Amino acid sequence: MTIRISSLFNALLVTTSCILGGEIATAHATSTPNQEIPSSLIEQGHYQAVLGDCMACHSAPGRPTYSGGFPFPLPIGTIYSTNITPDPEHGIGTYSEADFARAVRQGIRKDGSTLYPAMPFPSYARLSDADIHALYVYFHNGVKPQAIAPPENKIMWPLSMRWPLIIWRWLFAPNVQKAQQRTAAEFSDPVLARGAYLVEGAGHCGACHTPRGITMAEKAQTAQDGNAFLAGGSVVEGWFIPSLRQENRTGLGRWSEQDIVDFLKTGRAPTGASFGGMTPVVEHSTHGYSDSDLHAIARFLHQLTPADPHEQPWQYSPQTASALQHADLSARGAQVYIDRCAACHRTDGHGYGTVFPPLAGNPVVMTADPSSVVHIVQSGATIQPLPTSVSAFTMPSFGKTLSDREIADVVSFIRQAWGNQAAPVSEQKVKQLRETMPESTPPSKLPKN
Amino acid sequence: MTSSSPNIPPSHTDVLIVGAGWAGSIMAKELTEAGLSVTILERGHEHKTAVEGAYPDSIDELRGSVRKRLFQDLSRNSLTIRHTLNQTALPYRQLSAFLPGEGVGGAGLHWSGCQFRATKDDLRLRSVTIERYGHRFIPEDMHLQDYGVTYEELEPYFDKAEKIFGTSGEAHSVNKHITGKGNVFAPDRSDHFPLPPLADTFSGEKFRQACSDVGFHPYSIPAANASQPYTNPYGCQMGPCNFCGYCSGYDCYLYSKASPNVNILPALRPHPRFTLITEAQVLRINLTKDRKHATGATYIDLNTQQENTISADLVILSAFQLYNVHLMLLSGIGQPYDPAKQTGTVGRNFFYQTITSSRIWLPKNQYTNQFIGAGGAGVAIDDFNHPGFDRGPLGFIGGSPIWVNQAGIKPIAAATAGGGKNRPRWGSTYKHDMIETYKHSLSIDAHGSNMTYRDTYLDLDPTWKNVYGQPLLRMTFTWKENDIRMNRYIVEQLKPIAHAMGATRADFNMLEPGQLFDSRFYQTTHLGGGAVMGDNPQTSALNRYLQSWDVSNVFVIGSNAFPQGMGYNPTGLVAALAYWSAHHIRTRYLSSPGPLVPAL
Repeated sequence: MTIRISSLFNALLVTTSCILGGEIATAHATSTPNQEIPSSLIEQGHYQAVLGDCMACHSAPGRPTYSGGFPFPLPIGTIYSTNITPDPEHGIGTYSEADFARAVRQGIRKDGSTLYPAMPFPSYARLSDADIHALYVYFHNGVKPQAIAPPENKIMWPLSMRWPLIIWRWLFAPNVQKAQQRTAAEFSDPVLARGAYLVEGAGHCGACHTPRGITMAEKAQTAQDGNAFLAGGSVVEGWFIPSLRQENRTGLGRWSEQDIVDFLKTGRAPTGASFGGMTPVVEHSTHGYSDSDLHAIARFLHQLTPADPHEQPWQYSPQTASALQHADLSARGAQVYIDRCAACHRTDGHGYGTVFPPLAGNPVVMTADPSSVVHIVQSGATIQPLPTSVSAFTMPSFGKTLSDREIADVVSFIRQAWGNQAAPVSEQKVKQLRETMPESTPPSKLPKN
Repeated sequence: MTSSSPNIPPSHTDVLIVGAGWAGSIMAKELTEAGLSVTILERGHEHKTAVEGAYPDSIDELRGSVRKRLFQDLSRNSLTIRHTLNQTALPYRQLSAFLPGEGVGGAGLHWSGCQFRATKDDLRLRSVTIERYGHRFIPEDMHLQDYGVTYEELEPYFDKAEKIFGTSGEAHSVNKHITGKGNVFAPDRSDHFPLPPLADTFSGEKFRQACSDVGFHPYSIPAANASQPYTNPYGCQMGPCNFCGYCSGYDCYLYSKASPNVNILPALRPHPRFTLITEAQVLRINLTKDRKHATGATYIDLNTQQENTISADLVILSAFQLYNVHLMLLSGIGQPYDPAKQTGTVGRNFFYQTITSSRIWLPKNQYTNQFIGAGGAGVAIDDFNHPGFDRGPLGFIGGSPIWVNQAGIKPIAAATAGGGKNRPRWGSTYKHDMIETYKHSLSIDAHGSNMTYRDTYLDLDPTWKNVYGQPLLRMTFTWKENDIRMNRYIVEQLKPIAHAMGATRADFNMLEPGQLFDSRFYQTTHLGGGAVMGDNPQTSALNRYLQSWDVSNVFVIGSNAFPQGMGYNPTGLVAALAYWSAHHIRTRYLSSPGPLVPAL
């Protein structure tokens, strides 16, 4: 049984980034009593929805907000996120607060069946009753009901059966009370406690950043569960998931508290910029976090120990810059770098502040798995505009203008220059990564600045 | 956050703006901040740094400088040109002498980045000339006028524009504190430049040293090319300039040259009260029957060829200088200028820039690296441009900065220039000369003022029409004695500098007495006047707030408002005048719409 469950979740979770609320069937009405709802409570609930990034999965392009319908094309068929507006027929209008809490924290639908575990209920289990209450009030009073049904899931039998999910849930989903106590007990410092609550709970960072075991359950749900927590290591939609722990080279070991705050607020920091699956997370979720919550998260991440304590500390080496500045292009890939990259990332690899990210010492460049850096070169990337950082910056895609060989050369160069000392990348590997190359943004969708 | 929904034209807007260049974008930002709904109609299309400006395609000289990628499509609309009143004008069919922009950003996307303030005297040139030299010093047919606004009044708006543009430069005097650096002739400022000056190129460094040796006062040209990464007060970010040399005529792939696209529109586009409609050619501003009030504008949607009308309470004309005047004439805003009767103001006082470029060659052990450059990078002297420079014995009005503004020579331009004046145009000597010239020469410009005269003006052409069936604008313009004399004097002053630089050869270029304006060769896109500001409705189309004297809910922003030319590039003053006008609209006009200055 375990094997069948795991193969199902493999398909589910490898192909989607995290996320995906299960299908919630329409059920019999239990109406909410009509009373004055304070707007501050709705605002609080809205903030909880931002913290939890409900928007990411439950809204789809061209459909009303929170009406679901976001497609997840999986090898087993296509499933769609659900309508979580207060519409009684197609949404969650008939859910009582207890029904709602059970769905969010335990993954149990109103009809008793189990949600697909891409809905991060193992993380949401930690949400306090007060926060669940605010969230419930928001989804019933602050969101417009949308009487539209998401498309029907198209999953072939026997994988369409939901009962195996129950067993998975029994095995891996935490007990709500224990989860809450565990996260709450971690720290006496209220800032760190808040950071833990956000990272382990609503923020569900581990859904992507914690490696999963063979059963597809996260190997650790909290900082107390060991070094696997937020240690990264998997590849999702072509992007290598980096560690959020304190590894010096490949984690956040050299990121200051302010760097982490800026990154989550604006998608850009002097130490690196967001790309891939993290970009919509910043756009829909973390950019709306309060500054004090972002600082709490940064402080919490800072006290995680490195998963690999033996990583050689990164040290800047001026040799590369000196060679390039003296027109020594003998290193493999140096010519491509000078022609295509140095204008923005500079010969010294430092880039320019929050405009052009640094390559020297950037953890993403040095991870053992080169998927991300190869894919950025192949597909390009855009630092998205946000209300607090209105400018967008776009790196062009080189997938069509550079050969696999040239990309292998230049990525190897970047990985070895300026003290980065990561392993070179073969032409074969680049060719292979072409298969999983993310689509470049079409010109009409690129920012206008 | 990316505004992906197409902008639907509203039927009514509080403010309708024509043109999405610097002036239009500044006005749109200011007036949305004031709580108004604002719609910009732009005749061209979007220009995205991430698409057209993407490296390395954007720095294709053939598409950029030669085929004029970012400039106006003259096959749809142009103007006609003649020298004198008795001639028949002919259409300007190829972009050559000057290059109006088209599309979002306008000329503010393809400009170089030299961003000057005006001198105190530039703004009250008639008054200071009379104070110093008497009425009779002014040539009879010269229309010398004051702007009606002083440097002191404009200072906060110069300062604001510099902070928005991320200007790199060096202040001389800040709140009366002398820094010991910068332009010793520059007026006092309320603050430093937001960024330090750009580094000197080798050519700039040589010029700086030589000017000091001769006794002149060199300074770094204020440049809207960011010397460092910068975030402006709107939260818009710029990358730093790397001196790639692709500024003028290009969209900067490093996001380091200030443009409306990079410095204003990112903060404006998400605004719910802001609409930008591209491919919208405005045909006319609609007026009430008595022609005293504008009701909106009619435009052609260039995608559907349908005419559409939008009503508006306030209309801002911020198209390129020529087309602001054209729209006023087509719409009947104000009275057209008549050079015979000396009546009317619309079209009056057209001017250009009296610019000549000279070239010197340095010894062969000195490399000028002309591929390096930035549009606003350079070293200038104002010894022959500043207020105190005595024109009396020289017998001309105006002046000229002299500068080495190495903006980056590209391969086709270098090959076209070859070995300089009167050198072979083909064969091995040409090749040899071209190489030597590219490696060892540099150019020095006399970038002088140009006055306005009774018979330099704009009106509607009686013969030629554009594709919309409207008469073309007609330019009547040629060089006049005052400006030729000024240019010849200034170019003479280059000679000791060239000598001090160790020049081994020099081509000194100056206007010849009686020389006519030649529209076939690129000079500069600094056109101005035609709807000028001032204190007298008999001689100016706009009051000192750039408001039409005749139609008080129309403001006309741009270099069209300058009564005559100055030695500096116009953009810095255009931006300051836009902020100045916007301030008075926000603080005075909106609470009580009507003339901000009573007509005499």
